[in-house]
Amino acid sequence: MPDPMHQFEIKRHLDLELFGIDVSFTNSALFMVLAIAAISVLTIWGMRGRALVPTRTQSVAEISYEFVAGMVRDNVGTAGLKYFPFVFTVFMFVLFLNMLGMIPYSFTVTSHIIVTFAMALAIFIGVTVIGFINHGIGFLKFFVPSGVPVLLLPLLVVIEVISYLTRPVSLSVRLFANMMAGHTMLKVFGAFVVGLGLIGGWAPLAFMVAFTGLEILVAFLQAYVFAILTCIYLNDAIHMHH
Amino acid sequence: MDPSAAKLIGAGLASIALVGAGIGIGTIFGNYLSGALRNPSAAPGQFANLLLGFALAEATGLFGLVVALIILFVF
Repeated sequence: MPDPMHQFEIKRHLDLELFGIDVSFTNSALFMVLAIAAISVLTIWGMRGRALVPTRTQSVAEISYEFVAGMVRDNVGTAGLKYFPFVFTVFMFVLFLNMLGMIPYSFTVTSHIIVTFAMALAIFIGVTVIGFINHGIGFLKFFVPSGVPVLLLPLLVVIEVISYLTRPVSLSVRLFANMMAGHTMLKVFGAFVVGLGLIGGWAPLAFMVAFTGLEILVAFLQAYVFAILTCIYLNDAIHMHH
Repeated sequence: MDPSAAKLIGAGLASIALVGAGIGIGTIFGNYLSGALRNPSAAPGQFANLLLGFALAEATGLFGLVVALIILFVF
């Protein structure tokens, strides 16, 4: 059986080195560039007509804009619309990387923990900075739950701080594990189809068709969850509900 | 026992964590359905929360899967 992990291998397309750091143009970088190009085409080229009755491309761009704007408005409120461009960028970037990964023989950038962790860490640091800018040192009150006996506080504050610090880990591992597990499973069942041949291969093939549909749903869902959790973290930093 | 066999057994044990993910996802969708059948008009408003709960429940199970993969491919 072929190695199901082989599809996640990073290949160098162009060897580059800058100040002793390896910055080679890899297949991962290539797919990130492709995603950015596709998003730019959709949002800039698609909106060029600015028609009152939108064309199909324009309406896809408008729907995605409205979708993310609604998400920010519902979860953060109007105070969060300042950060809408960031949430929109994160959502579209993750969505397009996930969807590009669903094309056979392509590469799924989000199935690498370092990529998702870098994004999650940037979000985490940014949100914490926003919290401290908005509330000053009072943001530390976020870690003190209200309405609990004082005796329990030392324990609860530690738990709150730990749960806050695990946010970048859970945010990145969720996306990475979902994408990697799904693609590994597709590969394993693909090997079953080939291995069982013309006679027995139809059953795993039927399963694979259904599973590919589920994977496309998961690709969208994980981008949605990534963006909505960014919104929830932003809401915590801006409004400090507790 | 051969150390590589212990590694495989450990990876298998770690993937038991996915049982919890299965139970969690089932609970979330089951409760959403029973709630939605009692009050269908309130159901669409909770769809975002449903997906969020689904993703959160699935993630905890996938942490176990990640542990299994680390045992298999890192050590």
